[in-house]
Amino acid sequence: MKALLWRDLALAVRAGGGFGLGLAFFLIVVVLVPFGVGPDRSVLALIAPGILWVAALLAALLSLDRIFALDFEDGSLALLATAPLPLEGVALIKAFAHWITTGLPLTLVAPALGFFLNMQPAAYAYLLVSLAIGTPALSMIGSFGAALTVGLRRGGLLLSLLVLPLYVPTLIFGAEAVRRGVDGTGAAAPLMLMGAITLGCFALLPFAAAAVLRINLR
Amino acid sequence: MPDLGKYAFEVLTAYAASIAVLTVLVWLSVRRARRVKRALEAVERG
Amino acid sequence: MSIWEYANPKRFMDWTAPVMRVAFAVAAACLAIGLIWGFFFTPEEARQGSTVKIIYLHVPSALMAINAWFMMLVASLIWLVRRHHVSALAARAAAPVGLAMTVIALITGAIWGSPMWGTYWAWDPRLTSFLILFLFYLGYIALWAAIEDADTAADLTSVLCLVGSVFAILSRYAVNFWNQGLHQGASLSLDKEENVANVFYIPLLVCIAGFVALFLALVLLRTRTEIRVRRTQALLARAQRA
Repeated sequence: MKALLWRDLALAVRAGGGFGLGLAFFLIVVVLVPFGVGPDRSVLALIAPGILWVAALLAALLSLDRIFALDFEDGSLALLATAPLPLEGVALIKAFAHWITTGLPLTLVAPALGFFLNMQPAAYAYLLVSLAIGTPALSMIGSFGAALTVGLRRGGLLLSLLVLPLYVPTLIFGAEAVRRGVDGTGAAAPLMLMGAITLGCFALLPFAAAAVLRINLR
Repeated sequence: MPDLGKYAFEVLTAYAASIAVLTVLVWLSVRRARRVKRALEAVERG
Repeated sequence: MSIWEYANPKRFMDWTAPVMRVAFAVAAACLAIGLIWGFFFTPEEARQGSTVKIIYLHVPSALMAINAWFMMLVASLIWLVRRHHVSALAARAAAPVGLAMTVIALITGAIWGSPMWGTYWAWDPRLTSFLILFLFYLGYIALWAAIEDADTAADLTSVLCLVGSVFAILSRYAVNFWNQGLHQGASLSLDKEENVANVFYIPLLVCIAGFVALFLALVLLRTRTEIRVRRTQALLARAQRA
């Protein structure tokens, strides 16, 4: 399992797309928002956490189709399926590697971008924590979606259509945690609920993803 | 026609829109069913 | 004889033909009676005025929008467990019907909301949940359409339906958490206090029966169509091999 994780990470770093593209996309979305809604600082401060969450979600979505597609095309996924490591483990590791290459950098960069959007000082810590808890769920749900569409030639657009509705609960709890943290109404409840979603996703979705991969490899 | 009062427009659009959606749904289903049935019969006759 | 015999495609075609005709007749009768009764012969409600008449479309379509998804879930499970092709095709056939029901519920809700809540669209939990349900239907139908191999498509959409159901329920509660609603409580419930008044209740029941029958008839019709498509493809493939 460790070998697979290192292999995926090495591939992501060498291909260059993994780290760089997602972060650049994140930055561009955040820069575009003030052009769209106007430079009013109070408005930006109000919507900053939500914008950062949505932008992080879209940036994570961008690299999803790479999780399985490359391995599927060159046949290494078929090899992995016959390896002693169960396919459920493969799905889990792949999702984890995706998180390390996209979710983790996004989480670390988000506070810096919050600065551009005039985010309230109180929100930084909550944003960091909520993204840290929530982005793994995004990666795991996304790897299920990627497994569903791996056999399709033009799966990219379909992948977003399938995955985005599944992201709704995570997004709601994530953005709500930051909002409540700033209001002082207590961010604990949404954070815990989001943690529950993340843990639930990691416990159950590898099975669904593996089942779907087996169907696609048939 | 019953007197719908000041909300006549809303009630009528709601009914018109819903009946339109249902009609389109039934029409599409029936049309496809007919076509497929004809195609199958053509294939079966050979 | 076991109940699963009815799932044999040949037998399915035999027994559904009369059932479908009856269902269409019942649907037409119930919808005509219920809607005409509701539209022409029910009084106005004290606060809502004549907009109360929209309930005869809104409540049944919303009910069927959810029940259609539930039916797809059951059909998907049967396909995954017992591999009856008819079951997978029935799930596929139900999706566009459910989508249309969701659209009707959203449209009538928006039209009703404009005079009553002062806006066509509010991010009310129930409205939002229905919008999310709409997206789920779109994704499901798109996945069916995108995959060429029939059995693969049936398998993948079934798994999507299972996972989607879990997330749909999660979203329902997440949305509740996110915004307190404007929506009134249940129009129909066993609790008499919460129920709508009797004058509205009986035509509403007739309309619901009509929508259920219409759903059944359409699903049967579309499932039969899908079975015929399969048979045509199989015959053509056999002719090609020969």
